[in-house]
Amino acid sequence: MDYIRVERNAKIKKGISGTLKFIILGLWALIVLFPFYWMILTSLKGYGAYNSEYIPKLYVASPTLENYREAFNAVPLARYFLNTAIFTVITTAIMLVVITLAAFAFARLEFKGKNFVFVIFLSLMMIPTELVVITNFVTITNWNMRNSFPGLILPSITSVFYIYLLKENFEQVPDTLYYAAKVDGTSDFKYLLKVLIPISKPTLITVTILKVIECWNSYVWPRLITDDQAYFLVSNGIQEIRENGFGRENIPAMMAAVVVISAPLIVIFLVFRKQIMAGVLRGGTKG
Amino acid sequence: MEVVLDHLTKIFPSRDKKNPADVIAVNDFDFTIPDGKLIGLLGPSGCGKSTTLNLICGLLKPTKGRILFGEDDVTELPPEDRGVGLVFQNYALYPHLTVRQNILFPLQNIRGEGRPTKEEMNAKAEEAARLVQIDMLMDRKPKELSGGQQQRVAIARALVKRPKVLLLDEPLSNLDARLRLQTREEIKRIQTETGITTIFVTHDQEEAMSISDLIVVMKDGILQQIGRPQEVYDEPVNMFVAKFLGTPQINMFDGRVSGGFLYIGDTPVLKSDAPEGDVHVGIRPEGFILADGPEDDEEVAAGVEPFECDLKAVEVSGRDVSIVSTNPACQGTNIRAIMGSDRNLNVSGEKVSFYLKPHKVYLFDKTTEDRVK
Amino acid sequence: MKNKLIELKSWLYLLPAVIFLGIFMVYPLIDVFVYSFEEGYNFASQSYFGTGFYNYSYVLHDPYFLQAVKNTFIIVIITVPLSTLIALFISVLLSSITKLRSLFQTVYFLPYVTNTLAVGLVFMILFKKTAYTDGMINLLINAFGGSSVDFIDGPYWAKMTVMCIYTIWVVMPFKILILTSALSSVNPDYYSAARVDGTRPWRIFYKITLPMISPMIFYLVITGFIGAFKAYSDEVALFGVDLNAAGMNTIVGYVYDMLYGDSGGYPSFASAAAIILFIIVLTITVINLMISNSDD
Repeated sequence: MDYIRVERNAKIKKGISGTLKFIILGLWALIVLFPFYWMILTSLKGYGAYNSEYIPKLYVASPTLENYREAFNAVPLARYFLNTAIFTVITTAIMLVVITLAAFAFARLEFKGKNFVFVIFLSLMMIPTELVVITNFVTITNWNMRNSFPGLILPSITSVFYIYLLKENFEQVPDTLYYAAKVDGTSDFKYLLKVLIPISKPTLITVTILKVIECWNSYVWPRLITDDQAYFLVSNGIQEIRENGFGRENIPAMMAAVVVISAPLIVIFLVFRKQIMAGVLRGGTKG
Repeated sequence: MEVVLDHLTKIFPSRDKKNPADVIAVNDFDFTIPDGKLIGLLGPSGCGKSTTLNLICGLLKPTKGRILFGEDDVTELPPEDRGVGLVFQNYALYPHLTVRQNILFPLQNIRGEGRPTKEEMNAKAEEAARLVQIDMLMDRKPKELSGGQQQRVAIARALVKRPKVLLLDEPLSNLDARLRLQTREEIKRIQTETGITTIFVTHDQEEAMSISDLIVVMKDGILQQIGRPQEVYDEPVNMFVAKFLGTPQINMFDGRVSGGFLYIGDTPVLKSDAPEGDVHVGIRPEGFILADGPEDDEEVAAGVEPFECDLKAVEVSGRDVSIVSTNPACQGTNIRAIMGSDRNLNVSGEKVSFYLKPHKVYLFDKTTEDRVK
Repeated sequence: MKNKLIELKSWLYLLPAVIFLGIFMVYPLIDVFVYSFEEGYNFASQSYFGTGFYNYSYVLHDPYFLQAVKNTFIIVIITVPLSTLIALFISVLLSSITKLRSLFQTVYFLPYVTNTLAVGLVFMILFKKTAYTDGMINLLINAFGGSSVDFIDGPYWAKMTVMCIYTIWVVMPFKILILTSALSSVNPDYYSAARVDGTRPWRIFYKITLPMISPMIFYLVITGFIGAFKAYSDEVALFGVDLNAAGMNTIVGYVYDMLYGDSGGYPSFASAAAIILFIIVLTITVINLMISNSDD
């Protein structure tokens, strides 16, 4: 008798705590998602409709795409977009080449001073960007590269951490593969190209995605180095819209712009979420 | 292709700061590997056999000496220009390529005039795959294959360029016992079929003995003995070779030659014309004859007495019988004698006595450990 | 000769990285110290009239800088412990469920990949009180009987509140990710053993889980400190580029403003401020490390 009651009590307790867990987790999910919901919702509301709602409605009665048209027409959103895409693609591409070569040298080649150089590289990982950005700003200004793509791209290329990550990955490839390739008559460069890179594809993809995210969201450097709207990236564009765009009060149009700017990364995230989370985890735990 | 090692020496500078002595991995090797044979490089781990292999294939450069393939001095050539095929212990297959792409890989590295057309490459790859009997697995990835199959792919990849010399580094050590037996016969077959001079490295003496035309025994970078397996087994030049070859291991005793007899303890066990003095005595397990009674063996020379030991156990394996015993003069813990099981053995009690077969008993110098007789 | 060639080739592989790092990291690192001691550096003529600690003294007496330091410290002190605690709480809950777990994980990570400037704009609108509407959050506060506050252009404490809320919202994905992974790497045998012994759940958490994941928590606290000290773009997102006017500037913001912006063109002051920030961060990190080492 007693036994049954104990069991039933335990079950009820478990049921309650289980439900409570889901309520709390759901609540946090709501807090995370609400801003996204809000921006999409607002972007679909008409300008008049939005401004007449003293108490904002959580649904939209007559959705309109007018704001998106407005977002692309009133501010050079397409331009910002294109700039960001160019910046992201070129920066990531050059970075991949640079870090792959460097990681290969560290992981596979033998030369004097290798360890010394590597230690210097590692110690550079601890340097905060805030310290170097000042001189870089002066350098780029002196090179007359303000408001230009090279000025945006050049200082953003190298990442010591990714060199480190890739070097670790290259080193996991067994030495015998290298010797086998040597006996087969493969040059170092061809070995890198035909064996190491294909084998390390997962890491390279992770690095690429992380760099793309970084580039797409970069704000500080572009803000310093560009004041010509023709070279604004999306982050600067958003800030510009916030300060001056749409006569400041056309919030639905602003939200439409925000949706457009956020969408590409969210799509990339949903497609590659496993790699992204694993990559961030690896980057984070190794720090 | 004949391979000549001409006073080959490889010294690795010491990396250990506490022990700055250089490591001499290969010490003045000087011998010729005849054309078209299967050669086993044999020795305990760290004896320099893999270094020798790497010197022959060109992954390492010798400190001194030369390597010749036939008439050609290849000492300064990089591996890819030597025309060697190399199979690694862990196979070193490219994990991202299929079997076919793996086999094609060396061909695709050929540049200039010698480069075969696509069709020729495919034909060669198919041929190599057929030779090692993996032609039905061509489109798989290495990780979808068993260990034995991966090994075959590695051999096919090494063979596809028709190398002058095929090198195998511990080719069987990653396989389980049954596969090992099968694969070593396979290697023998492939070698016979292609006629390519093949050198393989192993620490397993049985493996080396069973398939090699010649075995090369090494220790601490120094060549000990070269010869046909049976020859080396029957006539070891020193105590190391005698101990290294043969399972069960040879039995070692402290002995003494005196007055034309070899004594173990106080027993004159054999007639001997070796120089007088203390010796190491090695007796192969099959070198013992059970002394059931004094009258039954005519071979026993006059003056020789049965060698008496304390019986510990009799192990029956079906094919033969091992008699395990002890004797104070024995250098190991036990003496192991192997008898054919065809005779009805009558062993019991506390003692067992043997006569010895003279050609299974080797005497070694007490200090140099070289063979005396 | 041949070895020389191979060495040369190896350096060739390294060359691009060395050039980029040399120009944009190593040289600037040295240069920033040089700037910080050059008094009265003029951007246009690139000349200065003396060396010394004047730049530091100027920065340390600048009320804007002091305000920025105060703001930064408040953000650090509030958001680092709070976000770590909330993340721990949520991660523990997340690890205890199986259903919907990966969905929650995905949702929680979403803010990591979004543009903080963009979402900051949404937060601003949610919190802002305008002539047309009190804003979503104020309506919520009204519903619970409170009165509306302008969180964006209103009193300091209100602005700081939004700032902290937004900062926590932004840093949570990383912390939850790290902590859930740390929790899942605890060997489940420990839990089974504890349960067999009849250990109560909170005790299991306190005595087993927490010690096991404490290195990760500690790691999050350190990186949290470093990250929070460098707060800047979240502030811009909420309060606009003129952070000094809003009274919400941070140290990093001050550096950038000195470099370029309304007060712009003083790399010497910017350098001095950046080095002060670096020293603060370094000190805090070292203290953190000392605390963690004394625990062992």
